[in-house]
Amino acid sequence: MTTPDPNENYTDAALRIGDVDPYPQRLVGEFIGIVTRNDWVNDEYKHVVLKVHEHATKAYAGQMFHLLCPSPDGAEVWMRRPMSVYRVDKTAGEVEFLYKSEGRGTRGMATLQPGDEFNIAGPLGVGFKLQPSWKNIVVLGRGVGLATLAPLSQLAAENGVGVTAILSARHEGVVMSKELFDDLGAHTITVLDSDGSSDVENVERILETLIAQGKTDAFFTCGSNRLLKLMQRLGKKHGIPGQVAMEQIMVCGFGACYVCVRTFEVDGKRVLKRVCRDGPVFNMQEAVGW
Amino acid sequence: MVDLTVKIGDITLQNPVQPASGAFSWEYNDVIDLNRLGALVAKTICREPRLGNPTPRMAETEAGIIQSIGLPGKGIEYFVEHIVPEYARFTPPLVVSVSSESIEDFAALAEELSVPDVDVIEANISCPTRNATGGNFAMHEDYTRDCITAIRAKTRKPLWVKLSPNAGDIVSIARAAEDAGADALVIANTFLSLKIRTDNFRPALGNKFGGLVSPALKPIVLRMVYQVAKAVKIPIIGIGGVTKAEDVVEYMLAGATAVGIGYAGFRNPTALISIIDDLAAWCDERGIKKVTELIGAVRDQDMEMDTLNAASAGV
Ligand SMILES: Cc1cc2nc3c(=O)[nH]c(=O)nc-3n(C[C@H](O)[C@H](O)[C@H](O)COP(=O)(O)O)c2cc1C
Ligand code: FES
Repeated sequence: MTTPDPNENYTDAALRIGDVDPYPQRLVGEFIGIVTRNDWVNDEYKHVVLKVHEHATKAYAGQMFHLLCPSPDGAEVWMRRPMSVYRVDKTAGEVEFLYKSEGRGTRGMATLQPGDEFNIAGPLGVGFKLQPSWKNIVVLGRGVGLATLAPLSQLAAENGVGVTAILSARHEGVVMSKELFDDLGAHTITVLDSDGSSDVENVERILETLIAQGKTDAFFTCGSNRLLKLMQRLGKKHGIPGQVAMEQIMVCGFGACYVCVRTFEVDGKRVLKRVCRDGPVFNMQEAVGW
Repeated sequence: MVDLTVKIGDITLQNPVQPASGAFSWEYNDVIDLNRLGALVAKTICREPRLGNPTPRMAETEAGIIQSIGLPGKGIEYFVEHIVPEYARFTPPLVVSVSSESIEDFAALAEELSVPDVDVIEANISCPTRNATGGNFAMHEDYTRDCITAIRAKTRKPLWVKLSPNAGDIVSIARAAEDAGADALVIANTFLSLKIRTDNFRPALGNKFGGLVSPALKPIVLRMVYQVAKAVKIPIIGIGGVTKAEDVVEYMLAGATAVGIGYAGFRNPTALISIIDDLAAWCDERGIKKVTELIGAVRDQDMEMDTLNAASAGV
């Protein structure tokens, strides 16, 4: 804890690296991390690495942090931005995020320099769950959705589960995280808009081949409605379970405000669920696309 | 160490800091120790299960966020059976917020909510996206009086009444609520607002209008608390734009006995705890023994009224 400055506009009791936690039974923390790097990985995406209090490294695949982004333009950024964790390095005490710099929050994030403080709250929500009986899974993602799926591949690798990662992108220059998936021993297949290989028909052929090879105990997806619909259809047809990570505008992140609701279909009934607390990872068959 | 306890009618709060209805739930226990709060305040409940308003439910503006949630909830039966026990695990008093579009139903709901684990009924007669005859009774003096009289007749629990900043003359409405039997006033709910997107010409919120939530509202609500405090005898809970301990002090100086906090807990989930700690430190540094010394302690009786004298003083 630092001594509060009475002239500061806001107050914080966030945990810094090495702080003794005054509330050890906590599940979620507000942390002040220190940026160690914040580099461009291609024309559109940046990769930020933060040194954090050890509690923050309890985050697992599919969970999010709520980020208090610096301002890109001098005006206030009023709300935190939810972002799924890209990688956790427990030994180094680091959490990492991969993001596309587009809105005001992420543009502000892009200005972070090594040594800067960055306030993050989390880990939040329900992430991906692997069933012990699954030997081979398929992850299919597009764009920044692949950042959400990357730690799942890490989890699978740690549990000896084989991963096929189908990475969809507009062109070769913006394929996300291929090295990370490769390093984890995943079998990666890149599909692109530029050569037409990302067409739903082609991705369907790839998935059908994987199904025939018995490589598809479960499906995982994030970031594309088209691909979600495809996996739902094939999942239903072949009885393959699946999980999807969803997005929504968030305010509290704790399940209190009901800003982040989306429609799901459960047992034939349409219901609302909170992405921040009931998700962000949901049963793929319950998701209603967008 | 300063004594932070305050009394609101018969209810004693261990400190004057509590969450604002709708911006809080027991789930915040994941990140802060709820037993440290002055009170726990549940989200406004209605009789029937409600989905709430169409999304998007929040949009950022240059001056704060606007939000329109539409009071979603699982209805009163579920609330009493499942949600009240979630709060009852903690020690601070439980304030239950309730709303209805008809006065009879409002009173009946208050009666049904008067169960042992509930310590206070907060009548939310100020949901900004409802109309004056359908739930937003705080827009009008007579509707306020009728509604609070009806509720008072049906419950013996302490009754707090949440007023609207959108009403023209909040002082008369506050008096009407006091006359009708309110034990305390909660000032205030959110300001009705609108944002239009210039990329597609559509309102930014699914419900078109929303309530503005921002630290910018603090000076306006503070003025209302000050004016109402001069006109009523019952305690006031000030809500609007509290983000730090000095804001609590300011509200108390204006006449509030306690404050409610919404936005600051979104920005910093640990904000309520640090505000309580900072408030204690602020009082200790100044040798203030009881936080109640601050209530209504604004020094406005001996203000310099002569402009030439005032303009010759130091800045
Ligand atoms: C997301 C959200 C939901 C709210 N829901 C309710 C509600 O259900 N009942 C109520 O009386 N006020 C509700 N409010 C208003 C708050 O209780 C409070 O009056 C307002 O946020 C101003 O306080 P603040 O400036 O500290 O945020 C809500 C506010 C927000 C931001
Ligand atoms: S962001 Fe508040 S309930 Fe999900």
